[in-house]
Amino acid sequence: MSKFQFPKSILSRPVYDTLQARAGRAHLMVADAEGAEALLDLAKAAPDLMAKSHIIYIPKGAGFEAQLAALRPAQLRVAPSFAAVAPRLHKALADAHMGLQIYLAGTEGLIGQVMQAAISAGYLASAIQGEHRGSVARRVQCVHCKGITEDVATDPFVCAHCGLNLFVRDHYSRRIAAFQGVCIDAEEPGQVPPAKELYA
Amino acid sequence: MSAGTQKLEVTLAEVVEVNALVKRFRFVRRDGGEMPTFSGGAHVVVEMRDGGITRLNPYSVMSDPRDRTCLMISVRRDDVGRGGSLFLHQKAKAGDQMVISYPVNLFSLDLRARKHLMIAGGIGITPFLAQIKQLAATNGRFELHYSVRSQALASYADDLRDHHPEHVRIYHDDQDERIDLDTLLDGQPLGTHLYVCGPKGMIDWAVKTALAQGWPREAVHSEEFLAPQSGQPFEVTLDRSGKTIKVGEHQSLLEALEAAGVDAPYLCRGGACGQCETDVLRHEGKFVHRDHWLTDEQKSCGNKIMPCVSRFEGKTLVIDR
Repeated sequence: MSKFQFPKSILSRPVYDTLQARAGRAHLMVADAEGAEALLDLAKAAPDLMAKSHIIYIPKGAGFEAQLAALRPAQLRVAPSFAAVAPRLHKALADAHMGLQIYLAGTEGLIGQVMQAAISAGYLASAIQGEHRGSVARRVQCVHCKGITEDVATDPFVCAHCGLNLFVRDHYSRRIAAFQGVCIDAEEPGQVPPAKELYA
Repeated sequence: MSAGTQKLEVTLAEVVEVNALVKRFRFVRRDGGEMPTFSGGAHVVVEMRDGGITRLNPYSVMSDPRDRTCLMISVRRDDVGRGGSLFLHQKAKAGDQMVISYPVNLFSLDLRARKHLMIAGGIGITPFLAQIKQLAATNGRFELHYSVRSQALASYADDLRDHHPEHVRIYHDDQDERIDLDTLLDGQPLGTHLYVCGPKGMIDWAVKTALAQGWPREAVHSEEFLAPQSGQPFEVTLDRSGKTIKVGEHQSLLEALEAAGVDAPYLCRGGACGQCETDVLRHEGKFVHRDHWLTDEQKSCGNKIMPCVSRFEGKTLVIDR
């Protein structure tokens, strides 16, 4: 089962929904790993959508490429990473017109980064649909060195850039598409609680 | 005192006939001070003392938001209305001492927009006049599509076309010119916001067309002030004030509350803003809901009423005021 019920948290924390087909002139769908399952569900509920859909998929080894291709979307792009597909995404958004619907599915890091790109292209954040699927790992920015660590699965964790021990907060920035990580042993260096899986 | 109903003591400095149906009114402060700031799309509520009747009607401010010397409104004469516009057209004259409210904006530009696409019908042009001045001064990107009955009744059309020839298009009804909305909306750049002001039919059509094309609800803005309509007189009991009052044929429930000295909240007086929403405690009869605020479900429930435009027909009505 790729769905996870996030515990209730502070207002800043993004919440996710189930993707619903909406009226539109064009449909942009971006998913990573198990996020493909959400697109498959969406296609089952609204098969007509696919003829006007541009799907960008980052498999991360999950292997849904053939199933997505079988939906016969107008365009399907499979890419190894978000960085690899970012230029295509920016181009698609720059060329887009009003009447575009955006559907995002998969990890929080993927949903957040595409949302960030869409907002900077003029799209309204509240009009973007996002459905979380798969890994609950987060994209976290270190408040000290500003470096971003991808796929953070434990709390605390070690910043991939400056090496500080960071406590993972629910405080989220839409502007940088990341959660906030704060040094956990600033008062007493070395006093670091054992790392636990997020939500454990 | 209701929110946003702080008053300004003004002199009606000038009345200008714009065309056969529309007059423009310029207000300046009696104390010689500057007018409060406002943003394009704001309205003021104008108090009119017409014999024994006090009317409070909202009108969009159409003057330049950067001009603090005055506030201007343009009013279309409505010969079958309750008399507010007729009072302004026939009785108000330069030099009159009047009272208007501070400007309140329920139809502001969304400044996140990459482009502002405006659709105006008839006198619905007024909020756009102020918005366009605001956008022109800040290099905002806009496009106005303005539908008028005829060249003779096209208020401010020449002025708009002269100043913004690339961004204004006028459609004359009597020459069978129509806004091709489907084509117009299709292909607008991402981040465009749509604004509509005009008759109800036009607003419904524009909003429906945009939503059907997949425009987000938050990118579609509209404003329609309803004038309260006359109807059968009715009685209403005010539970909190312990009074029973009568609402006259040509009076709104809100006006009757005010006449009885009950301080009822309001902002737009046109069924749009939701400020005057009032709980109904008991009723026996049927509501004549005319507002845009309550949902259809709330309207059928019968436990809320918007006193600024809605009425009641029946035996008993008890409200929480």
